[in-house]
Amino acid sequence: MEEASRASKFAYTFIVLFILWLVVTASLDSQELITGAVIALIVAALTHDVFTKAGLANLHPKRVAYAIAYIPYFLWAMIMANLDVAYRVLHPARPIRPGIVKCKTVLNSDTGKLSLANSITLTPGTITLDVDEDDYFIHWIWVPDEVLNAKDDSEHVEKASEAITRPFEKFLRVIFG
Amino acid sequence: MSVLAIIGEVLVLIGTFFYFLSALGLIRMPDVYNRMQTSTKSATLGSLGVIVGTGLWAVGKGYSPAWIVQTVAVAGFLLLTNPISAHALIRAAYKRGIPLWHGSVVDKYAEHLASKAQVEEASETSEEVSE
Repeated sequence: MEEASRASKFAYTFIVLFILWLVVTASLDSQELITGAVIALIVAALTHDVFTKAGLANLHPKRVAYAIAYIPYFLWAMIMANLDVAYRVLHPARPIRPGIVKCKTVLNSDTGKLSLANSITLTPGTITLDVDEDDYFIHWIWVPDEVLNAKDDSEHVEKASEAITRPFEKFLRVIFG
Repeated sequence: MSVLAIIGEVLVLIGTFFYFLSALGLIRMPDVYNRMQTSTKSATLGSLGVIVGTGLWAVGKGYSPAWIVQTVAVAGFLLLTNPISAHALIRAAYKRGIPLWHGSVVDKYAEHLASKAQVEEASETSEEVSE
């Protein structure tokens, strides 16, 4: 993805900061709004260069719709993760079989990779250990049989990615590219 | 007592239950990596439950609706930053050389690091040769 123009980056940063201001103050008083707009302008002018690469393209309706659809999907995955943890912690036999596996991702942008790493950390039994280019190294609390008994490295990566990164990638690909 | 207040109280109750699980996980798990697994996930969802529950409870009790907006904002910040701190801690633990539990079945990261070190060594020796 090529970089957006300065104006587009500035506008996007301003919009995000202003929404943040609205949420944090939680008031629609006109004085609050003016102060917020001025402060958002100053902060956006100082930081728009490091904040975003794609600029206003991030606000494409399709991307926003996918981002909103992603929230309940992700929360559901997180609740399942916690029930999974509850089962492992409370079970008398402590059923864990940990290991570090390797996954590949199809995402290109840095923000997308960050979101994927965060999503992996908060979902069932997996935590991101390191990210190196396209490779994710993931500590898995219960490595399933098909990954454990994979014949060679590529099959291992394929099976692990199938289980860990694929479910999120179909959303994150659209949101972050 | 309104419906919102009841939902808020239930959410706080669920949140504290997950806090308890997170603490129990710290005691029961065998090594730092597995402890990280249990404590990060449970503590994050527990915090979400408690924080959002507090907001709903306050609105149900007749405080201003700003409570729910602001508590959701805090929950959002927590949701975005918690996994990053967990990632930083677990990576630092690995780099420091803390061993995996003896029951661990596979370690692809060690292989990756070893192959990387080998490549660097090879390039260094080839540079020496060319000099």
